Amino acid sequence: MSSARTLTCKELTEVLTDYFEGVMPVEDRARFEAHLAICEGCVTYVDHMRQVIMTARALRPDDVEATAPDDLLEAFRAWKRGDPMPGT
Amino acid sequence: MRSDAETLAALRKGDEQVFVELVRQHHALMLRVASRYVRSRTIAEEVVQETWLGVLNGLERFEGRASMKTWIFRILINRAITRAEREGRTVPFSSLGDDDAGEPSVDPDRFRPEGDRYPGGWKRFPEPLPEQRLLERETLAMIDAAIGELPERQQLVIVMRDIEGWSAEEVCDSLAISEANQRVLLHRARSKVRSCLESYLNPAAVLT
Repeated sequence: MSSARTLTCKELTEVLTDYFEGVMPVEDRARFEAHLAICEGCVTYVDHMRQVIMTARALRPDDVEATAPDDLLEAFRAWKRGDPMPGT
Repeated sequence: MRSDAETLAALRKGDEQVFVELVRQHHALMLRVASRYVRSRTIAEEVVQETWLGVLNGLERFEGRASMKTWIFRILINRAITRAEREGRTVPFSSLGDDDAGEPSVDPDRFRPEGDRYPGGWKRFPEPLPEQRLLERETLAMIDAAIGELPERQQLVIVMRDIEGWSAEEVCDSLAISEANQRVLLHRARSKVRSCLESYLNPAAVLT
């Protein structure tokens, strides 16, 4: 990806995560952004990916829903007392 | 949020409240991860249980070089692998066979062919997704299902990164994979979910 050639739309869809993750070499990054500056289709595509990431975040289960099972608390108390623990 | 050092100190002192919070924070994801390795929900629950015992037993030795979260998940995965091997199952992360490496991120039919004036350019631009529908319950359920269909390693990575909000480093440390590998798995996973989301919300735009 280091040639002076411009990036195609197809190529952009393959390297998008590298861009998001901030691991693209400066030159590639410049080519990536130059492509976005002139390609409405890819701007939309990048938006899609951002929306996937944003929406996935909404799937996080509430911490409150998960409760510590009683036997786990029992194990914690046993550990605290210094009782020998099973399975170790 | 409590820092790792604070959590550790509180646990070592036997602070039950802190332990309960820690379990709450990670329990759901631990179950999800363990379920990737073992056959049944019941066994996954046992693995998670064993992991917490392992965590308690290891507290005195934990040096805080990795984050607490990563350390807990490494214990979890080791237990899950041991358990899976005992069950005679093949273990997803022990094989390097990359699930569908090289599969394109977008259906190649949506791009102009070689020889076209703009090879590799969109035949038709993707269309914006209807913003107001993104967080609808049906859309979220669809995304959840799409993630559930992913190959195991992609699934774990997208769940940790995008649902749980972990850093790349934390995922690499927990799953013992390289950064490059983590990125490829994340990219494949996100690309597939995007594709499902687009087909669902903009069905007409997907037809070439």
